[in-house]
Amino acid sequence: MAKVTLTVNGRTVSGDCEDRTLLVHFIREKLGLTGTHVGCDTNQCGACVVHMDGKSVKSCSILAVQASGSSITTIEGLAQNGEMHPVQAAFKDNHGLQCGFCTPGMVMTAVDLINRHGNSLTEETVRAGLEGNICRCTGYHNIVKAVLSAAAEMGTARQAAE
Amino acid sequence: MGVEGIGARVTRKEDKRFLTGKGRYTDDMTVPGMKYAYFIRSPHAHARIKGIDKSAALSMPGVIAVLDGKELKADGIGNLICGWMIHSKDGSPMKMGAWRPLADETVRYVGDAVAIVVADSMGEARDAAEAVSVDYDVLPAVISSVDTLKPGAPQLHPEAPNNLIFDWEIGDSAAADAALASAAHVTEMEIINNRLSPNPMEPRAALGIYDEAEDHYTCYTTSQNPHVARLVMSAFYNVAPEHKLRVIAPDVGGGFGSKIYIYPEEIVCLWASKKTGVPVKWTADRTEAFLTDAHGRDHVTKVKLGFDKDHRITGLKVDTIANLGAYMSLFSSVTPTYLHATLFSGQYVIPAIHANVRAVYTNTTPVDAYRGAGRPEATYVLERLMETAARELGVSPAELRRKNFITTFPYQTPVILTYDAGDYAASLDAAMKAADWDGFPARRAESEKRGMKRGIGMSCYIEACGIAPSAAVGSLGSGVGLWESAEVRVNAVGTIEVLTGSHSHGQGHETTFAQLVADRLGVPMDSVAIVHGDTDKVQMGMGTYGSRSGAVGMSAIVKALDKVEAKAKKIAAHLMEADESDIVVENGTLKVAGTDKSLPWFQVALAAYTAHNLPAGMEPGLKEGAFYDPSNFTFPAGCYICEVEVDPETGKTHIVQFVAADDFGNIINPMIVEGQVHGGIAQGVGQALLEGVHYDTSTGQLLTASYMDYAMPRADDLPSFQVSHQCTPSPSNPLGIKGCGEAGAIGSPPAVINAITDAIGNNDLTMPATPQKVWAALNAAR
Ligand code: FES
Ligand code: FES
Repeated sequence: MAKVTLTVNGRTVSGDCEDRTLLVHFIREKLGLTGTHVGCDTNQCGACVVHMDGKSVKSCSILAVQASGSSITTIEGLAQNGEMHPVQAAFKDNHGLQCGFCTPGMVMTAVDLINRHGNSLTEETVRAGLEGNICRCTGYHNIVKAVLSAAAEMGTARQAAE
Repeated sequence: MGVEGIGARVTRKEDKRFLTGKGRYTDDMTVPGMKYAYFIRSPHAHARIKGIDKSAALSMPGVIAVLDGKELKADGIGNLICGWMIHSKDGSPMKMGAWRPLADETVRYVGDAVAIVVADSMGEARDAAEAVSVDYDVLPAVISSVDTLKPGAPQLHPEAPNNLIFDWEIGDSAAADAALASAAHVTEMEIINNRLSPNPMEPRAALGIYDEAEDHYTCYTTSQNPHVARLVMSAFYNVAPEHKLRVIAPDVGGGFGSKIYIYPEEIVCLWASKKTGVPVKWTADRTEAFLTDAHGRDHVTKVKLGFDKDHRITGLKVDTIANLGAYMSLFSSVTPTYLHATLFSGQYVIPAIHANVRAVYTNTTPVDAYRGAGRPEATYVLERLMETAARELGVSPAELRRKNFITTFPYQTPVILTYDAGDYAASLDAAMKAADWDGFPARRAESEKRGMKRGIGMSCYIEACGIAPSAAVGSLGSGVGLWESAEVRVNAVGTIEVLTGSHSHGQGHETTFAQLVADRLGVPMDSVAIVHGDTDKVQMGMGTYGSRSGAVGMSAIVKALDKVEAKAKKIAAHLMEADESDIVVENGTLKVAGTDKSLPWFQVALAAYTAHNLPAGMEPGLKEGAFYDPSNFTFPAGCYICEVEVDPETGKTHIVQFVAADDFGNIINPMIVEGQVHGGIAQGVGQALLEGVHYDTSTGQLLTASYMDYAMPRADDLPSFQVSHQCTPSPSNPLGIKGCGEAGAIGSPPAVINAITDAIGNNDLTMPATPQKVWAALNAAR
């Protein structure tokens, strides 16, 4: 048994788990945050992406104990004061989701992608950046549109703030 | 069209919960006392079970029970069934072998369930499963659908000699032979449709909860049709009678056909919950999904298409072997027969058609309907043939198709279907224009300069959706009716709940169904809630598959709305002392036409419930139900064009553009319909370029059992798509809807392969057209 302490969506949480517990299972089962999904066993679908210390990680690829001490943001922590994050809003406006299962991981990856590349994103770089997230429903067309439109909006907001 | 009504691009009501992590999928459910199940599965493709030793596992930490197939049988749980009877051409019924939810004597594919461990945690259940020792007597296995019919092949089921399930035909064999014999040109091909794994991103899951005090079962499950699941589990599997069994399909993360069927796991979880006295949850991992979710396609087809000297089609003869795997899944028999061979007329006048289909058992995962179900297989055959014929005849593939198009409706094909409406030339023209077909030679020359091979290919598909009417499908062997139900409940404050037997697992019913109500009654969409997916809330329904929810499910809502509106008008007429025939519904009010008298919708609803002043003899309340059984199938059709560039050095195919022009009849929400087309095309391109299930043919081991080995289409494998709609409304339902869920997956594979074979100058290419295969075909052609 291991003790894990994390800051999750701004709140400090701790709990005991088996040494072998993956971060994704800790988040889903111990913390009850079921927005983070499990879609594969081989670290390839991206349904489980969360942010760890500000960077996107596949939470099925690390142990909960490895993450101890870090700050985690899950999909549940993205919206602020009831307002959806611009990436969430862009997914809705552009119909970037259907069944919604890949969506949390897709959104978390997209936020990180925009944070890293900002306005320099193109269709090609978005597609390359989402390569580790599988969606079976949308054919990616509207996801790519959503990410580009959120990037443009966040870029404009950033410029306005500067 | 209002901002929220029919035809508006309304963003989805359901999105917020999915985008904020508040979706509720089966694996998200936890109930007090819940334990975890792990299935022990056969590692062999074919073996006899000699014994199971559970002793070591039973003493491991956290283990509550290890249950096997003998115990399941002793408790009277029945065999899994196929719900559609097909008769062979000699009149004999299909040969269905026994499928036990937990195998007790013989296992017939790698992944066949043998026993389960129930334990406190998933980890403990898995650990204990390792300690269960199953003693197998390994038998020879057969994987290929061609080999399984050969003399001396291993035999799977005593009920099915020579592994043949049925040998079925449709059409006029002598007429097709005569048409081919007298044809001026015959195009002949052997075509393989590759086996696929559906891969909805949410793995299947089931949570069985037995309540001893009430002798009642609840099952949360990843189902496209919870009511059918309840019906089948009650009537055939003997799990519990319907009134003692509640099935809930909450948010479901995609289905594509694979979640239509009732699998061993939900039956076993319910049974195990009673057996152990605790709620039992099972969630598949991805490898289990590859092993046990019903696969799709897997056809081998020999085909001949004849033309007269004017290039008009004279006849078509098809001979298909369909691999159904180790057991007959719920609708496995209808997929290669009535959903496949009835589509062989395509968009064309073909005077004589004959198709023969043999369905066979092999030691592989069961095969059933996957997005398109039989129609992609038929379209792939016909559209590769048309393209090949055009090349052989030296004519334009577009003009060869156009010359043979059906142009008058209704049109009776020689293979049962009566097409009700369509304009195939309109979609062809729209697609060619969008793709700048005429500019292709210049683009090809430009590619050539860069050392690249450019090709263009098209496909003109037709499909049949909203299979119906029930009496007709019953006469063809269906064990169920294919109607849909709806109930419209108007609350006393005027808000509305619509209960539907359709099930949404990505299709956006909460939005489109509410749009329909908003359009009809002029009430805001926000005041309409769609209720689905729970057998305790919705009385009965047939679920969502075969692109039926618009054409059939929404038509049922229309019927119920008709009744609600009629009653509301009676009440309004009474209250306003007007004639009922003068009442009109407009923008959320009931008005007396030609006057300024009106009542808001909510006041009429309130009056229905206060019942202080209703017309004499009228019952209080405003709630109506309807069952809708369509008069015919609907026939979506369209034209897809794919343009590719192949790198001759690597064989890698790059899709330069993909154009879809579809006629889905009337459209409720174009944004959602386009999304369905995008997703369908991605799956079709996946089949054409990337995806394929592979077994080791000697051992029957599944080689493509993870995303390391099964190539899913990813964002950087696909282009953006150009999508447009043409419209000939369907005359077969009140909304004129045809259905859009499967078209993309049906129309796209032949377009992609026709483009690649055009680029490389070699028609000898099978799906998936991987770089290695394309490179080899290109070099063979040189
Ligand atoms: S669940 Fe983490 S990548 Fe698939
Ligand atoms: S929306 Fe269903 S998998 Fe992406």
